[in-house]
Amino acid sequence: MTNATDALTLTGIWKRFPGVVANSNVNLTVRSGAVHAIVGENGAGKSTLMKILYGMQKPDDGTISISGETVIFNSPSDAIDHGVGMVHQHFMLAENFTVLENIILGSEPKQGLRLDLGAARLRLEDLARRYSLQVPFDSFVSDLGVGDRQRIEILKVLYRGAQILILDEPTAVLVPQEVDELFAALRDLRAEGITIIFISHKLDEVLEIADEITVMRAGTTVASIDPKSQSVTAGQLAELMVGSELPSPTTSGNTVRPEVVLAAANLTVANRDGKHVVDGVSFTIHSGEILGIAGVEGNGQAEIVDALLGVVPTSGNLSFLTEEISQWPTRKRREHGMAFIPEDRSRQGLLLDAPLWENRMLGHQSVAPNGGGFLIDPHGAKTDTERIVREYDVRTPSIEVSASALSGGNQQKLIVGREMSGEPKLLIAAHPTRGVDVGAQAAIWDHLRNARAAGLAVLLISADLDELIGLSDTIAVLLRGKFVATVDPHNVTPAILGSAMTGAGVSA
Amino acid sequence: MKLLRKIGESLLAPALALAFALVVTSAILAAFGANVITVFTQMWDYGSQASAIALILNLMTTYYLSAVAVAIGFKMNLFNIGVNGQYLVGGMVAAAVAGHMSLPGYLAIPITILVAMAVAALWAGIAGWLKVSRGVSEVISTIMLNYIAIGVISYLIVRTNIGEAVAFNVRGTRTIPLSGQMPGFTLPGADTPVYGFIFIAIAVGIGYWFLLNRTRFGFDLRASGMSPSAALASGVNSKKMALYAMLLSGAIAGLVALPDLLGSSHSYTLSFPTGYGFTGIAIALIGRNNPIGIAFGALLWSFLDVSSQQLDLIGVPQEIVTILQGVTVLAVVVAYELVRRNKVKAGQRSVGLALANQEAGA
Repeated sequence: MTNATDALTLTGIWKRFPGVVANSNVNLTVRSGAVHAIVGENGAGKSTLMKILYGMQKPDDGTISISGETVIFNSPSDAIDHGVGMVHQHFMLAENFTVLENIILGSEPKQGLRLDLGAARLRLEDLARRYSLQVPFDSFVSDLGVGDRQRIEILKVLYRGAQILILDEPTAVLVPQEVDELFAALRDLRAEGITIIFISHKLDEVLEIADEITVMRAGTTVASIDPKSQSVTAGQLAELMVGSELPSPTTSGNTVRPEVVLAAANLTVANRDGKHVVDGVSFTIHSGEILGIAGVEGNGQAEIVDALLGVVPTSGNLSFLTEEISQWPTRKRREHGMAFIPEDRSRQGLLLDAPLWENRMLGHQSVAPNGGGFLIDPHGAKTDTERIVREYDVRTPSIEVSASALSGGNQQKLIVGREMSGEPKLLIAAHPTRGVDVGAQAAIWDHLRNARAAGLAVLLISADLDELIGLSDTIAVLLRGKFVATVDPHNVTPAILGSAMTGAGVSA
Repeated sequence: MKLLRKIGESLLAPALALAFALVVTSAILAAFGANVITVFTQMWDYGSQASAIALILNLMTTYYLSAVAVAIGFKMNLFNIGVNGQYLVGGMVAAAVAGHMSLPGYLAIPITILVAMAVAALWAGIAGWLKVSRGVSEVISTIMLNYIAIGVISYLIVRTNIGEAVAFNVRGTRTIPLSGQMPGFTLPGADTPVYGFIFIAIAVGIGYWFLLNRTRFGFDLRASGMSPSAALASGVNSKKMALYAMLLSGAIAGLVALPDLLGSSHSYTLSFPTGYGFTGIAIALIGRNNPIGIAFGALLWSFLDVSSQQLDLIGVPQEIVTILQGVTVLAVVVAYELVRRNKVKAGQRSVGLALANQEAGA
């Protein structure tokens, strides 16, 4: 049923990948000039659907029509020719170019052979005014924050004439205040007749901005909701998404013991330019305590992790189980019970081309059951990998498959299992449930809670404020490399925390 | 059954690549008007004679050592282009030392081997040290060290009393006394002996496998190669690792000169063969840094080198073999990448299928 007011209609879209059906019989109608939200948990097929929509992938079956006309996209440039533009979750900008150069990159206005920057600037200033997307056109992208970068990405797409804008998890990298700014911009765009497809799994945001909501689950569209006429709560949406009730990250009781496991005093890390990206940070973590670090990404979290692991030069004191470890090499720290769940598992946590049992050894190659002295013990590692696969419910046919064959959630469960092995004393957990499905998330939370009860000290870094508030015993707020506030998770809301993260101060 | 499949999978890529290279070479031969069948049967007939087999095994021993030296670097993404300079320096010094030793063989030969390894390791260590302390790319520094090595060696042999006249108008290190030479064995029907050093090469292959797959050093090395960031987080000191890998690669490179030196030439002269290091790079690529794969690569390469000498006799330029070797390397690299991608996909598919079945069963 296609009619003139529909900007976009998808009918019976199928997309199969080896071993997986990513989209099965997806049907979607997006009204012109609406904000249409697509929600679903990780792996529900949203990303595949979007890739099909902007020409990155071709559906195996089904049709796409734009304003009633059936189209076939062979590449993203076909899509943009039909007015469909994509704003990616991870920005694709050249850091050492100015904003203006970034926007026109790839569709440069020319006068003869000369680049006509003047014309581009005029057009962009007009676009920016019309849609209230103000950005400093002459600044270098490297100097700009996340919010500006996102506006640049949106302008980039509008500059190419997009009438349908796809935003993939646009709020994942924003703090609440920036989210408000984004939503204001989206409302302006809508008022100007631009159609917006908004992919998210943050349901309160979806309810705030969307005119139409489509829920995806297991590769197919399971419900279409008009939040204006039907009253629907975030909880109901969530249940539609997962098909059952949601787990929640809460810990009960106080398990904090008197022994200090980790004490950092005046920890400072300088980047290559000599700038202090971690600037005199001090904190202690006790046995059985989860210390949460809240902060907008890029405020020094990654560097604190690096400093604790000992992979960057650091000044300040670091004591771990009463020993001064600031001069210890990484391996010695890890051998003494420092466990690590990295932020980016494929970069820091896994050898993707190696079998699972070799990945079991990674980071623990010098200790039992993987080895001792000079030699490694493949047999011991394999036996223990079997245990992890069983206890942590890693879905795999065998421990001989390479890590790259597992889904993100199962890779993460393997890492969690590995890091919980061998009685760690301190766990550094950076975004432990990022990009994993709801089931895996609940399991990982359980493991963290149990380990905490058993006396593990945990440093938890997370962009998911609910996770941070739910699990932590204490939350420290990190801004530009410094702790600017310490809050009690029992009486803080994500909104208050978000405002502290941007430097607006804690009002509670 | 599982093992058979694994072997089959790992042979698939090189077999495809070799077939492709043969087709390309045949096409070139045909374009020059040569009889393709005659060329290959001539090569085979000559290369399968006992004397030729001895030559092939000797060359293979040298190539194998060179390729293992290169492969150790490759395993952690270090490109040791300097195996050439390393074996020349190591070989020259070892030859000079061996020439002046009058010890029984069971002492003289091990000492010669150790000297060659130590000197070559030090030469490679210069590049390793420059890399970790000054960030100099080992590609550049090892290439430069190759030239420096040749210059230094020429100077020492021509201008100092390290060199002496070993034959009419030939300067070289003092000829190694009989006790310091390495005995070989003769294949039935052959007139050239096979170098005894072939057993050392076999031992090096086994040691290489053991080091990579059974020691923590090997695991750290492979982890660094697969993902430097993950290795770092796992506690590998990447600088130390790069230095050790360079030293080890150099030490093995030191062995490259010895099959010839201890087996036939017995003196390091200015006409000592110089290209083995580069051949080692090609063979390490063909063999995918795998000890068995490298053995096949070295065998193929030395067979082609030896049997190609027959080609001039039937009016075909023996350079055709160089083309065949070059195309093989390129084709192998492409074929492995295709097979690897296919394997990743197959892996994901099999995991997907197995899990779907599990779920259906549950």
